Amino acid sequence: MSSTFTTSAARNIFYGGAVFSFLLLLALTFRTEQVLPQRDQRAQLDNPQVVAGKRIWENNNCIGCHTLLGEGAYFAPELGNVYKRRGPDFIKAWIKGQPTGAPGRRQMPQFNLTEQELDDMVAFLKYASEINTAKWPPNIEG
Amino acid sequence: MKYKSQAVAKPYFIAAMGLFVAQILFGLIMGLQYVIGDFLFPHIPFNVARMVHTNALIVWLLMGFMGSAYYLVPEEAETELHSPKLALILFWIFLVAAALTVIGYLAVPYATLAKITGNDLLPTMGREFLEQPTITKIGIVIVALGFLYNLSMTFLKGRKTAIASVLMLGLWGLAIFFLFSFYNPHNLVKDKFYWWWVVHLWVEGVWELILGAILAFVLIKVTGVDREVIEKWLYVIITLALVSGMVGTGHHYFWIGAPEFWQWWGSIFSALEPVPFFAMTLFAFNMVNRRRREHPNRAATLWALGTGVMAFLGAGVWGFLHTLAPVNFYTHGSQITAAHGHMAFYGAYVMVVLTMISYAMPLMRGRAANSNKAQVVEMWAFWLMTVSMVFITLFLTAAGILQVWLQRVSDTPLSFMATQDQISLFYWMREAAGLVFLIGVVTYLVSFFIKGEERAA
Ligand code: HEM
Ligand code: HEM
Ligand SMILES: [Fe+2]
Repeated sequence: MSSTFTTSAARNIFYGGAVFSFLLLLALTFRTEQVLPQRDQRAQLDNPQVVAGKRIWENNNCIGCHTLLGEGAYFAPELGNVYKRRGPDFIKAWIKGQPTGAPGRRQMPQFNLTEQELDDMVAFLKYASEINTAKWPPNIEG
Repeated sequence: MKYKSQAVAKPYFIAAMGLFVAQILFGLIMGLQYVIGDFLFPHIPFNVARMVHTNALIVWLLMGFMGSAYYLVPEEAETELHSPKLALILFWIFLVAAALTVIGYLAVPYATLAKITGNDLLPTMGREFLEQPTITKIGIVIVALGFLYNLSMTFLKGRKTAIASVLMLGLWGLAIFFLFSFYNPHNLVKDKFYWWWVVHLWVEGVWELILGAILAFVLIKVTGVDREVIEKWLYVIITLALVSGMVGTGHHYFWIGAPEFWQWWGSIFSALEPVPFFAMTLFAFNMVNRRRREHPNRAATLWALGTGVMAFLGAGVWGFLHTLAPVNFYTHGSQITAAHGHMAFYGAYVMVVLTMISYAMPLMRGRAANSNKAQVVEMWAFWLMTVSMVFITLFLTAAGILQVWLQRVSDTPLSFMATQDQISLFYWMREAAGLVFLIGVVTYLVSFFIKGEERAA
């Protein structure tokens, strides 16, 4: 690089660029926080079952096999829309019925959830399915 | 090695390699579970293997960064490390915490681990890559603070080169953004939104400063090119990285409930993210072509060039492939994501750590470079790992394209599980490539034990 472009000029451009970009990210984040209430179904968080369901989701590491809104592991089906795909009764029966034990098939563990916990989980998955995701996934299969 | 205290890097590098082996073994277990679903079930369910695989990766890369920094900063600052003793104590704390965490993953169900570690007091567990119990996370923060204190004191009392400054900035950034792992709101959208402030702002932000600084350091050493030139390149690269990568975070905000303006901001800025990676490739080749000396450590030079190329392919090309919102709509959370994740992590961060180990380890063992025989074996390891990673990526990409087609594009979409059955051939081929990768890792470890004529340092 030419000698008119000095190291200290390069450094100043770096610091300027970094600060500017971070401020831009903060501004867009600020705007995001303003818009989110219209999209994120936060009223449902007043329901203690939804909050409890999220904790059960986390404490059993469901994300270690499944995706939720497309993020997570890719070993098992998307669950962000499973409430719409399968409905509450199927979800509860499915979790209770694991593992299938079918030879060679991918297995889901038995988590020994109580009836109350199963209902909390369903409430959480219903909440997740109603978040405005800009029409993702492309179809019901997730 | 110019300063005695640089030697504290050695245990970090050795532990990193141990965890690397564990990472790959658990990768192979998962790869098999992809096609033989009940393999090792219920002893090691897939989610447990995955935590070990990804957390071992992250921890060994962090160990690699720490070792690299302990080696690099004293040499750049031209002074001994502030406290070698603190560095060793922190090493053992970190290693024991990592080992206990892995034992916890493997020994008890995750829900039990959450319970006995008091997750409900400050719930941070159960989110991808951040599965560690909250107390482990607190331990990581303590280790990181001690590490930063030690290096900052060293940095402040010595010569402040651009390379050391950029490295320190990257390391501080790493620690600061990790703090977002403690923010876990009930609101799922916000949880996801700020989760990326750890994950994305690490790999496509502050870690790139660390990557650039380590690469620049090794290139100065092996090529003898003027520091002035190298430092200018470094600043240009990291400017491009942060300007594209910060707002580029938006490529994760398309479908998680965030406002739709992110589809524009995220697509445009992240589409520019390959530029700094391309600059890094040019940088590495340019410096090596303009070299002023023939450094006896040819293996380190090969790793440095490889980092440039593979980081560009994995992060730049495979990242660009799915980063535009209309494409990501179909590929989001598919095997395409996994393909990219593998080549990007390998090409950028695994390779840069191995570059530094390749350069510094012989010096810490009292020689300028390993014997020719040892270097040949190391270069075999380079090619085995790198070529098999290319194949892992290609097979996963093929699987991903079919998956998207069958499950998301088709007029008569198959279910997720039915789709997985259709593409199992590619998972078998990925597993075969994975075995070659393991052979590469073993070859790499073997290269450390090969004697032969060595040149003194
Ligand atoms: C023997 C070679 C390997 C095999 C068979 C393997 C296999 C796997 C599998 C099956 C997954 C889980 C995918 C899912 O969630 O469904 C995974 C995830 C992952 N692996 Fe590997 N892996 C290997 C080597 C590596 C290496 C060398 C790296 C790093 C350089 C790596 C980094 C990762 C990362 C970052 C993830 C998370 C990916 C994501 O969330 O998109 N793996 N691996
Ligand atoms: C060395 C740098 C990089 C590393 C280590 C890396 C790694 C990863 C990993 C592990 C994931 C999966 C995260 C998850 O599990 O949810 C991911 C996702 C993604 N990456 Fe990267 N990446 C890098 C650079 C880039 C670049 C430069 C681009 C764009 C040009 C990019 C575009 C993406 C996109 C669009 C996704 C989301 C995929 C989806 O929607 O499922 N990445 N990256
Ligand atoms: Fe990203």
